[in-house]
Formats: sequence, structure tokens, C-alpha cells
Amino acid sequence: MQLIIFYVFAAVLLFAGAMVVSSRNPVHAAMFLVLAFFNGAALWLLAEAEFLGVALVLVYVGAVMVLFLFVVMMLDINVSSMRQGFARYLPIGIAVAAVMVLEMILVLGSDQINVVAATAGGETAVGSNIRAIGSVLYTVYLYPFELAAMILLLAIIAAILLTHRRRGGTKHQDPTAQAKVRAEDRVRLVQMQAVQRRQPSNNEAGAKE
Amino acid sequence: MEYVQEVLWILAKIVALILPLFGVVAYLTYAERKVLGWMHHRKGPNRIGFGGLLQPLADAGKMLMKEVMIPAQADKALFVLAPIMAFAPALAAWAVIPFGDGLVVADINVGLLYLLAMTSLGVYGFILAGWSANSKYSMLGAMRTGAQVVSYEIAMGFALVGVLMASGTMNLSDIVRAQEGPFWHWYWLPLFPIFLVYWIAAVAETNRAPFDVAEGESEIVAGYQVEYSGISFGIFFLAEYANMILIGALASVMFFGGWYSPFHGIPVIGPIFDLIPGPIWFIAKIAFFLFLYIWIRATFPRYRYDQIMRLGWKVLIPVTVVWLVVESIFVLTGFGPWF
Repeated sequence: MQLIIFYVFAAVLLFAGAMVVSSRNPVHAAMFLVLAFFNGAALWLLAEAEFLGVALVLVYVGAVMVLFLFVVMMLDINVSSMRQGFARYLPIGIAVAAVMVLEMILVLGSDQINVVAATAGGETAVGSNIRAIGSVLYTVYLYPFELAAMILLLAIIAAILLTHRRRGGTKHQDPTAQAKVRAEDRVRLVQMQAVQRRQPSNNEAGAKE
Repeated sequence: MEYVQEVLWILAKIVALILPLFGVVAYLTYAERKVLGWMHHRKGPNRIGFGGLLQPLADAGKMLMKEVMIPAQADKALFVLAPIMAFAPALAAWAVIPFGDGLVVADINVGLLYLLAMTSLGVYGFILAGWSANSKYSMLGAMRTGAQVVSYEIAMGFALVGVLMASGTMNLSDIVRAQEGPFWHWYWLPLFPIFLVYWIAAVAETNRAPFDVAEGESEIVAGYQVEYSGISFGIFFLAEYANMILIGALASVMFFGGWYSPFHGIPVIGPIFDLIPGPIWFIAKIAFFLFLYIWIRATFPRYRYDQIMRLGWKVLIPVTVVWLVVESIFVLTGFGPWF
């Protein structure tokens, strides 16, 4: 039963991954990537790594892909010009893909996958795997963890610096000035005589009260 | 055989949860119009049925009868998919909400994360609806709702971290059990700033007034839903109200002690109030938060868009971060009955 579910999710995952690359419409491609993430999360759930599965949906689907979609939505991509260099860059693409596959095989050989699965199962038997991850993340892997946090912080600051150059002619509000405004600064009350001599008309009958 | 039985049992639970939810959504729209009416010193709907009680059914019938139109230049597949993507997460999230001790569809250990993941998925429906309709007002609405929801999700996530630190668990039933006791044992008191931030972020997250710039009928007609008609618009409507109820339920679970009565554990009156079953207390708390939604809508004018962003990033997030530090001191010192 579990095996059938695994193959269904894996098949949808591969299909979605292929569609991300081959889809003509970038928004469709982004949505297929969302589908791929979902199936990846489902596979993790099957392996009883519920924290990783839900975190994948939360971080990648809930936040990263929303921003991605946001940017992709605003692009007006000309598909034909994108396809132009396809044949020319194909050999380089295949070479890069081959190197990546080789690297993945070296790092994640089938024997290592078995080891990972075995230890994960052992930990979930003891307690929830949130606790298991937390207990090693802040002890054994503390320095790599902190290093990753520093790199992310640097990336955030760099990205903000890159986009926040001063440009002339931008309009912006000054909220403190807006909040400090008092009625006396804007409205001048003028003392006037209550009754003035003028032609009485029907519309003014109500206004006098 | 055992599999089939289990699946059928889960399906029965889902149906028992979803069907009443539809009814509540329908009558929430009625309650909103009535309460808004009273707050505006008018009567609200009062023509169909006694006191207008059949109004939601008439509205639903009207929406079902109308033609569903798809704009000529729209991306048809996504245009049809968008309302479903807005509505489905709002229903899926209900799986982990505990109505009483053990009364929950899926009692999972990562309940809080699951909820956060599900509530953050709803925004896809809105963004895709805006984009696929190929209309400039839809697009503007989609951009507004996308930016707003992503920004307020951070404040909301941090607020949930506060609850997580206090209770030490992500299981929603255990979060409620950690708050066992009278109303001053609930987390709204020690986490008051976080509770306020959570509530403000929740109102923004559901695109409700005063943060409803995504619809902004005076500026961009109706935002992402301009091109939708008939029941496809109705599904967006359902999604919005189902999300409101969900947020109310979440607030009751995390800050208002879930199914416990407000006097639980007090010597004389405690047992008397405990006679009323837990789910009723839970529903009463949700109703309170829903009333709060309507009250806020009737009271505050719509925020300007840059003010919304300022509030989210420069006020709410710093407040939660500071209070998380204060809370960690509470946790370390074992302050009060909460930690």
C-alpha cells in the first residue's frame, strides 16, 4: 500500500518537474514547481519526516514560491526569443546536467540513502522528529547552523542595498510628519458675522439651522 | 478491509466537519449584515424569511443560477483553478483544530506548522485569480493581496512562535491542555502584545476591513475578483468567510484556552460551568472573535496601502520580537501559572 502511494507521488513529482522545464508559460511553470514541492513534501511524510514535509510546504510553497510567482507574473516574456538559443546551448546544458548527476550520485549513493532512512526511523520511534532535529541542530550542528544564518543575513542586507539606491524623483510619504499634523496647521477658522444681508433662497433654508 | 474502514471513518469525520461549516459560513454573512446594520442604525436584511433568516439561502440560490463567465483573453485553466485554490486550504486547515478533548480529525504533532502552511497557501488562489483574468484591476488587487499576505505572515508566524515557546508543543490539543484553568491561565494574558499582533495580522491575512485594500472597491473595483461571476465568485466569498472562522478558531485555541470554560478550576462556579460541554465553549469563543471582525469592520476606515506595509514591518514585527525576548525570561524564571 505504502509502495503504491510512493510511486504515485513520485510519478507526479517527476511529471511536475518535467513540466517546470518544458512549460511554455512561466506562470504555469511556477505552478508546476509548487506541485513538485507538494509531492516532495508528501514523500517526506511517507518517510515519517513530518516536520521536514510541512516545513517544505511552509517555506517553499508558502513563502518562496509566492514571491517567485509575484515576479514571474509581472514579466512579459517573449517565448519565441527564449527558444532561439536552445540548440546552441544544448551541449553545455547536457554537460552541466551530467556533472550534477555525477556529483549527486557520489554524495547520495544508494547505501547512504539506506543509512539516512534507518536513523530517521529510529528517531521517530523515540519521539517526534521536531525534537530530534532540534536537539542536534543546536548542539552538534550549531556552527554550520549559525554560519547558514549569517550567510542568509548577509544576502538580505546585500539585496536591500542593491535595490535601495537613491533615485531622484521618487515620491514618498513621511509618516511622522503626517501623524504630527494638527487641525490648526491646516484649517484657519475665520470669525464671521452669523447673519448677512443677502437674497433668501429655497436651498439655503435648511442650511441656516 | 481495515484500510477501507479507516478511510470511511475519516471521510465521515470530514463530512461532519465540513457540512456544518458551510452552514456557519452562510449564516455568518447574514450575521455580518445584521450586525453591521445595527451598528449603522439600520435594520439589515429583513425581507426573506422571519427577520431575513432565509436571506443567505436566497443569495446562494442567486449565485448558483447566474452564468459563470470566463473572459476571452483569460488563462482558462488557472482562471477556473484559482477559486478552488483559495477555498481548499481554508477547509484543509480545519483538520487539526480540536473542538474538544480528543475531538479532532487529525491529532498530529506538527499541527501548528501545518496550520501556518495551509493559511499561507490560500494566497495562491488570490494571486492566480488576479493574474489569469487578464484585467488590470484584477492584477492590481492580486499584487496588493500578495504583498500584504506575505508581509503579515511573518508577524503571524512570530506570534505563533510565542505560543510555541509558552506551551512547548506544536500539537494543538496539547497547546489547549497547557492552558488548563480559569481565564487568567490562558495565554492571552502573558502574551498580550503577541495576542494583539496576532489578531491584527490575522485581520490583514484574511483581507478584511480595515486591511481590505485587495478588494478596495472605491479604488480598484473589487480587486482580484472583478472578472468572476456567479458561483466562481461565490467560492471566493466562501473562502473569505471560512478563513475568518478558521482564524477565530485558531485564536481561541492558542490564546483563549480552546474548549475550557472561563471558570474552569474555580471552586464553586467552576464545576457548574463545566457542565456545559467543551465544544460549546469553543464555538462561543469563535463567535466572539467573529463578532470582533464585524465590529472592527464597522468601526475603522480602510488603511492606506503604505500604512499597512509600515504597520506590518516596522511596528508588528519588532513588537513580537521584543516580546519573545521578554517571554524567554518568563520561561526561564517559571513566571506565574503559565510557564
